Amino acid sequence: MPELLLELLSEEIPARMQARAAADLGRLVGGALDEARLPCASVDTYVTPRRLTLVADGLPARQPDVREERKGPRVDAPEKAISGFLRSVGLDRDQVEERETGKGVFLFAVTARAERDTPEVLADILPDALRRLPWPKSMRWGGRSLRWVRPLHRILCLFDGATVGFALDDVVSGDTTVGHRFLAPRPFAVTGFADYADKLRRARVVLDPVERRRTIVEGAGKLAAPGGLKVVPDEALLNEVTGLVEWPVPLIGRIDAAFMDLPPEVMTATMRANQKYFALEDAGGALAPRFVVVANTEAADGGRAIVAGNERVLRARLSDARFFWNEDRKRTLESRAPELANVVFRAGLGTLRAKARRMEALAVSIAEHVPGADEGMARSASRLAKADLVTGMVREFPELQGVMGRYYALANRENAEVAEAIAEHYAPRGPRDRCPTAPVSVAVALADKIDTLAGFFAIGEKPTGSKDPFALRRAALGVIRLILENALSLGLRGVFVEAFKHYSNVAMKLKFEDSENPLERYDVSATAPARADEVACELMEFVADRLETYLRDRGIRHDRITAVFSRTGEDDLSRLVARIGALDEFLAGEDGGNLLTAYRRAANIVRIEETNDDVAYRGRADGALLCEPPERELFEALTASEKEIAGHLAAERYVDAMAALGRLRRPVDRFFDDVTVNCDEPDLRRNRLFLLSRIGSALESVADFSRIEG
Amino acid sequence: MAASGLSTHSFQGLILELQRFWAEQGCVILQPYDMEVGAGTFHPATTLRALGSDPWKAAYVQPSRRPADGRYGENPNRVQRYYQYQVILKPSPDDILDVYLASLAHIGIDAASHDIRFVEDDWESPTLGAWGLGWEVWCDGMEVSQFTYFQQVGGFDCDPVSGEITYGLERLAMYIQGIDNIFDLDWNGVEGEGRFTYGDIYLRGEREFSAYNFEYADTDVLRRQFEDAEAACGRLVEAGLALPAYDQCMKASHLFNLLDARGVVGVAERADYIARVRALARASCERWLDRPEGEA
Repeated sequence: MPELLLELLSEEIPARMQARAAADLGRLVGGALDEARLPCASVDTYVTPRRLTLVADGLPARQPDVREERKGPRVDAPEKAISGFLRSVGLDRDQVEERETGKGVFLFAVTARAERDTPEVLADILPDALRRLPWPKSMRWGGRSLRWVRPLHRILCLFDGATVGFALDDVVSGDTTVGHRFLAPRPFAVTGFADYADKLRRARVVLDPVERRRTIVEGAGKLAAPGGLKVVPDEALLNEVTGLVEWPVPLIGRIDAAFMDLPPEVMTATMRANQKYFALEDAGGALAPRFVVVANTEAADGGRAIVAGNERVLRARLSDARFFWNEDRKRTLESRAPELANVVFRAGLGTLRAKARRMEALAVSIAEHVPGADEGMARSASRLAKADLVTGMVREFPELQGVMGRYYALANRENAEVAEAIAEHYAPRGPRDRCPTAPVSVAVALADKIDTLAGFFAIGEKPTGSKDPFALRRAALGVIRLILENALSLGLRGVFVEAFKHYSNVAMKLKFEDSENPLERYDVSATAPARADEVACELMEFVADRLETYLRDRGIRHDRITAVFSRTGEDDLSRLVARIGALDEFLAGEDGGNLLTAYRRAANIVRIEETNDDVAYRGRADGALLCEPPERELFEALTASEKEIAGHLAAERYVDAMAALGRLRRPVDRFFDDVTVNCDEPDLRRNRLFLLSRIGSALESVADFSRIEG
Repeated sequence: MAASGLSTHSFQGLILELQRFWAEQGCVILQPYDMEVGAGTFHPATTLRALGSDPWKAAYVQPSRRPADGRYGENPNRVQRYYQYQVILKPSPDDILDVYLASLAHIGIDAASHDIRFVEDDWESPTLGAWGLGWEVWCDGMEVSQFTYFQQVGGFDCDPVSGEITYGLERLAMYIQGIDNIFDLDWNGVEGEGRFTYGDIYLRGEREFSAYNFEYADTDVLRRQFEDAEAACGRLVEAGLALPAYDQCMKASHLFNLLDARGVVGVAERADYIARVRALARASCERWLDRPEGEA
């Protein structure tokens, strides 16, 4: 079956946009083919720095026929009706059929929508599909109105080996392309995809990004191996470099020994961000004085000049880094902290200096709940945590925030735990990032995140749908992980209220101290004390919602969480999770499942009778009215277990509380088996309904069983 | 790379070769604008001529001042005043990249033995209200040029679009001469007694201007001058004098850069200054567009 080959050759496409563009091209052209009734067996896309390529296989040579029929008036209808019909279908009298329908002879207009050859259809639909390709940023060039990511130079479009003719602006399609910009720039014609890919390879272009990527990984590995080294894995860099080269040639270079005393993170950041080099490490994981650069060409001298040039550039870059490293250490972090007054945390929420002060106050309170966290250290670490943001190095390499703070703190002879907390206070940055365990780090990391959450919620900046520009979901997950993974006992509601109050306290304080700084001003009314409970409540809901996601990933169903959270409003996450765990286990067992059924049956009966009688059956059953043994037995079991459950809950023995619930199963079952609730005796009936509703309240003291699904 | 046989081995030789190359491409060879600017883009031959519909091709050297980049002559790679070689082609020709690569070959950078790469770098000048898409051009890992297709200047759409090429002359020369310290650059290509290096000519200036930029520039005076330039620009725009108005805009921009280097501009104030300069640029550009280009 015939194949469609399409290549769009442009000037260099930004690496970060390539994968998305290829996917979009496949989606748009695939969709257009479908819509044009041209089904295909497969659509594949490829992308290099200069070309977007699509190959669709198994297309039909022509569109399938479409027959349309329209029934008109009877042949003996008035002339006016007939001529109106003919006009509406655009046919003459002798072009329409007469057909006996059983109800008379009628006119029929039959139009076969003209089937078209696929190339003709393609020439129609492709320009439109291509114009709709959504680039993150597009541009005009020369005097054209066409927009593309960078100037578009050529379109190659073949169907079944023959050119499909169309144009985008003045770029006309043809059957030729060009190879590598420097190694094979001359145009050549191709006959189909296999020929195209083959000729491109000979013209020094590897079309498939997967293959370029593999070439880079294997080539870099081979260069590293003889020195006993390996490449430091870096997926993002690998993806970017794959998008910078059509003909990848990895080369290895040396780092001047004079720079090897710089922190390894600084060297890696310099190589990665500025130069797109891969770092290498030895067997012990120490940074090696080597780097791998991926050239986009085969040089006549085997790459000697390229390596020498890159080594020289790296020297210049590293001496810049050394300048920052030396300059930054001339001043203490402490002395930089006041400069945070010039950095806005978030419009409406003041500066980073104010944030640091709030963090300090909050970290002290939190530290009381973190075993082993020293209050003084939590204070120092909070005060210094953000100070590296105003150093030269972090301005140049923002990704080194925290890491540089640790180095500079150690250089200032700060306490090691404080230095570690400065480095770690941003963590965990997501579900897979390492979660701090050092007590001071935990306290400061919590204070940072909770302060951020409280501030953003106070000014109404909450995540909506897929939009979470300030990574508040990640911050909430960080709070959850820090608490649970360190088994902290912390009432979050109170911490949220306190965090919120610090906003107004700090605002007031700073107002007196430097009222001339407009950045320090923020909307104190947004942080009015009356809002504290409201914001704490919203935050608690938000955290519970994130907890659902967190626990779902660990195989716990969301209804378990809702059942416990909505009943208890528990704000101590460790306790909350213990209760959820106990409930989950209980419901998985035989007693639990059975009791849940009984609970629903009881709740249903009570609800139906309440509706029928228009009364609420809430009240104490009268012991004197219990005439049948199963009734009495259930009454006694309920009385005993209610007391027992209350005791267990108070002592946070959730599993024991569940076990006490479990002991209700037999008496409840027996009650349902042997006792008729809706008996003729109104007093007995009423008393039995009380008993049933009491089953519900006993269970609900542990969790809201009505929220359990399935 | 050993290119000592080439005339581009000296700094002035490099400039002369670029002048020759772009003159042969039909460019008007202009001289530097006689005011302090932060980049070659500020030259009215680029900023203003990028607007409107008349074709335009020009090339020139522009000394560029970045007060905050001063390092008292102690950093081998950073200086507060340096040279850009600026080319503007309007409308951007279809073969502009090929011509650019030919210019590199002309000054001795041959794509057969070097790794030349186009790395995404979208250009934006918040003070000029201008932006464009393009690349940094890398040669063996070093940025040797900036390449931009102007989309907007002064807030106005560029139609047709101009292609702008900016060569960082010092970096390029350091690369060609194979040296690591800017002050060691061979300026005139003379051996022995008559030899001048970049340091011979500019080291003292780097020391003194760094001190001025960071320590001695009188910030009260600078603020006042900024206000004066701003007011003058407004009056000249009213009078319909686009070019003199734009001069005042450039002046204001440089004064702001000096204030910034002195570290007296807070974050919010910074945004405010930038917005004020942008307003001047916009007003000047608007005046420029008021008149047919043949007349301007």
